[in-house]
Amino acid sequence: MADTILEMRGIKKSFHGVKALSDVNLTVQAGQIHAIVGENGAGKSTLMKVLSGVYPHGDYEGAISFLGQECHFKGISDSEEKGIIIIHQELALVPLLSIAENIFLGNEQAHRGVIDWTSSFLKTQELLKKVSLKESPSTLITNLGVGKQQLIEIAKALSKEVKLLILDEPTASLNETDSDALLELLLELRRQGIACILISHKLNEISKVADAITVLRDGATVASLDCRAEAISEDRIIKHMVGREMADRYPKRTPNIGETVFEVKNWRVHHQEHADREVIKGVNLHVNRGEIVGIAGLMGAGRTELAMSIFGRTYGQGISGQVLIHGKEVDTGTVQKAIDVGLAYVTEDRKGYGLVLDETIAWNTTLANLKAVSSNSVIDEGREFKVAEDFRRKLNIRSPDVFARTVNLSGGNQQKVVLSKWLFSNPEVLILDEPTRGIDVGAKYEIYTIIAQLASEGKCVLMISSEMPELLGMCDRICVLNEGAFVAEFSAAEASQEKIMRSIVTSGVN
Amino acid sequence: MATTTAEAKPQASGSSSGFLKNNLREYGLLMSLVAIMVFFQVMTDGTLFQPLNLTNLILQNSYIIVMALGMLLVIVAGHIDLSVGSVSGFVGAVAAVLMVQYNMNFVLATLICLALGGVIGAAQGYWVAFYKIPAFIVTLAGMLVFKGLALAVLQGSSVGPFPEAFQLLSTGFIPDPFSGENLRIMSLIAGLLMAAVLLFSKIRGRADRVKHGMDNEPTVFFIVKNLVFAGMIAAFSYLLSSYKGLPNVLIVMLLLMLVYDFVTSKTTLGRRIYALGGNEKAARLSGINTERLTFYTFINMGVLSALAGLIFAARLNTATPKAGLGFELDVIAACFIGGASASGGVGKVLGAVIGAFIMGVMNNGMSIMGIGIDYQQVIKGLVLLAAVCVDVYNKNK
Repeated sequence: MADTILEMRGIKKSFHGVKALSDVNLTVQAGQIHAIVGENGAGKSTLMKVLSGVYPHGDYEGAISFLGQECHFKGISDSEEKGIIIIHQELALVPLLSIAENIFLGNEQAHRGVIDWTSSFLKTQELLKKVSLKESPSTLITNLGVGKQQLIEIAKALSKEVKLLILDEPTASLNETDSDALLELLLELRRQGIACILISHKLNEISKVADAITVLRDGATVASLDCRAEAISEDRIIKHMVGREMADRYPKRTPNIGETVFEVKNWRVHHQEHADREVIKGVNLHVNRGEIVGIAGLMGAGRTELAMSIFGRTYGQGISGQVLIHGKEVDTGTVQKAIDVGLAYVTEDRKGYGLVLDETIAWNTTLANLKAVSSNSVIDEGREFKVAEDFRRKLNIRSPDVFARTVNLSGGNQQKVVLSKWLFSNPEVLILDEPTRGIDVGAKYEIYTIIAQLASEGKCVLMISSEMPELLGMCDRICVLNEGAFVAEFSAAEASQEKIMRSIVTSGVN
Repeated sequence: MATTTAEAKPQASGSSSGFLKNNLREYGLLMSLVAIMVFFQVMTDGTLFQPLNLTNLILQNSYIIVMALGMLLVIVAGHIDLSVGSVSGFVGAVAAVLMVQYNMNFVLATLICLALGGVIGAAQGYWVAFYKIPAFIVTLAGMLVFKGLALAVLQGSSVGPFPEAFQLLSTGFIPDPFSGENLRIMSLIAGLLMAAVLLFSKIRGRADRVKHGMDNEPTVFFIVKNLVFAGMIAAFSYLLSSYKGLPNVLIVMLLLMLVYDFVTSKTTLGRRIYALGGNEKAARLSGINTERLTFYTFINMGVLSALAGLIFAARLNTATPKAGLGFELDVIAACFIGGASASGGVGKVLGAVIGAFIMGVMNNGMSIMGIGIDYQQVIKGLVLLAAVCVDVYNKNK
């Protein structure tokens, strides 16, 4: 029987009254690879931030004991001192520094502030050997691929006498060879007695290396499975991941679907910075009149990239493919052109990309269609006020008047302002990217009602969401996007969370 | 519940304390200017408001205000222009060479110089807008380049004097057909007319807003503010009329102020510049061509720098290699004292103008009081810092 290295009991954590973790228990044995799985928003990352001290002791409820000691971490440095090291999905390397400099960043091999480069280089060489990487310690990080960078992160962790290594989606941006190399390294580390927590969506990888699995759902532990005692089927994991009751949280609607209005053909997009990486790989898509089409997929599947590249090419480069409206090819090369042909894109990041927060509701409402409230380029404030006031009433935006600054509104009301802005541009096709992210339940229902209303008016709605119940509750058809390509399509009748999740987690295998 | 801070403090329209709180910046600025004027009026034993001094005050600050109008747009768009001083000096030098050495007609030379300013603005804006090179760097380079070019054009010496017709731009006053001996009647009438037009347009604008139920400025505030404003204009024009009348450059300045205030507050173009500075990504996703807009703001800045250069050259009646030295600092300071935000998206034309006058009155007042140039700079620097601190404090409250 192995010893318990880490035990987390009854972890609870909330943000501004919204519960992120309600009751999480996690036990990791020494020398074990422990996988944590769960949907987007299940609380995996939050849990790891609690463990690594990003949220200091006292900020959460519950107890953590590591190597038999109660831990009260005040920051990352405390947890690192104990030997708990986390490698985030977004790598934390400085691109223009060398491998050696990165590995010993914040932990420099120095005497009285003077760096001992010889010792740094020798130690780096040793560490690189451990992760079987044949690079010179003086190579700049920017010259390495993502896979190798991941290995550098692990080497950096090894330099700090790691006892428990946490990897957050380490293979998300790696190709198959790099992924295999990484998993092989994890197995090697296990042989050396280093325990590892692996957060991943890829069930095939998990079944390859994991000794135990903890499933999180809605901020609570729903299952702890021991892979050594019995074989765990993927079905069983998926069921645990999604097994949630569908309550009556969506407005009733009777779809009235007409002819095809919006079509995208053979859409290909390359990564904004890395021109050789294709992020959208030949997507075909159509939306009919009055139809709500959902796009499901995990983070990083390319959903936002797809939407933004269509909407005025605001993402990516080397874009090819056709956009058709009513069967005619249209030019969506700039945002203005996309708006002119009847497209609207409601961003997933309303604060970053949706609103000018310092300005008022009225100001933001008309921003995408100033022409309609001005004559000869002079804005008619009376007309603007009326338009904004109309939308405020119609969408039930809660504020004293339309001159309230949007920064003071709640998430739900801000989202309604963004929706007003795009409804005022009078689009035929609305692309909604995570329309209910960070909004409380009551406001969500209101947003759903607005979306249903739009569809019944004959608009085409393309809805991107990470919340599967929301897609199942609202959409007439759901397309599943994974790694830049559609891997499945379900009608409302045949779709289920299990089927969607299965199509995602199995698509990498074949 | 997560629902909203705005709900939590319902703001009864017409509640004067709530209104004052929300608009403190605007009134505060005007009150500061008045306070500073009164302070120096007392400290200089009444010299500040003497007609001669008041006229000088306007002439001394006209070119700063002209550039502040363009700088405000640049700052609102989220950039900065350090080259304006050098550009105005360079354009002044070119004007001198054209008019004095080549005897070019002054109207033609003026037009060429303004166009040159536009080209210079475009040349700098191009790198900022389309190549995303920080404006700080591009215009720092421009500052050196045009300072050098001004020296080259003038070959190190001063060139002058300018034709008399051109000098009138800065040193002329509007003509007085009534030939009043002690009082320029025409200037007084023009001033009073201006006050009346301002009052009338404000009243009409308010009536229009009230009709749509969208005005929340308490009536008392409205009346007091506008009466004070109109009264100030009338009083100043009376004072100026008792000397030589309204300077030509004041008319140019007022016209530009009106145009820029209108463009920034009433037109789609102005609206888009604020959106660009407030949240560039959101502006772009709303169909605004952010790059071209940035480009235009720099062209505009170039033209106004050129105009300021001409005004300055006409005032000195020579173009010197030192012209324009350090102007950019006064211009930028005026915008920030006037409430513009260094991160873009915030700032008003009227604010920048008042900011420029605050600087101008302090310069003038301190000189009359006999404070040395050394401590003048110290005090101006501290005032700038204080003004911005007050802004930041208000914002975080």
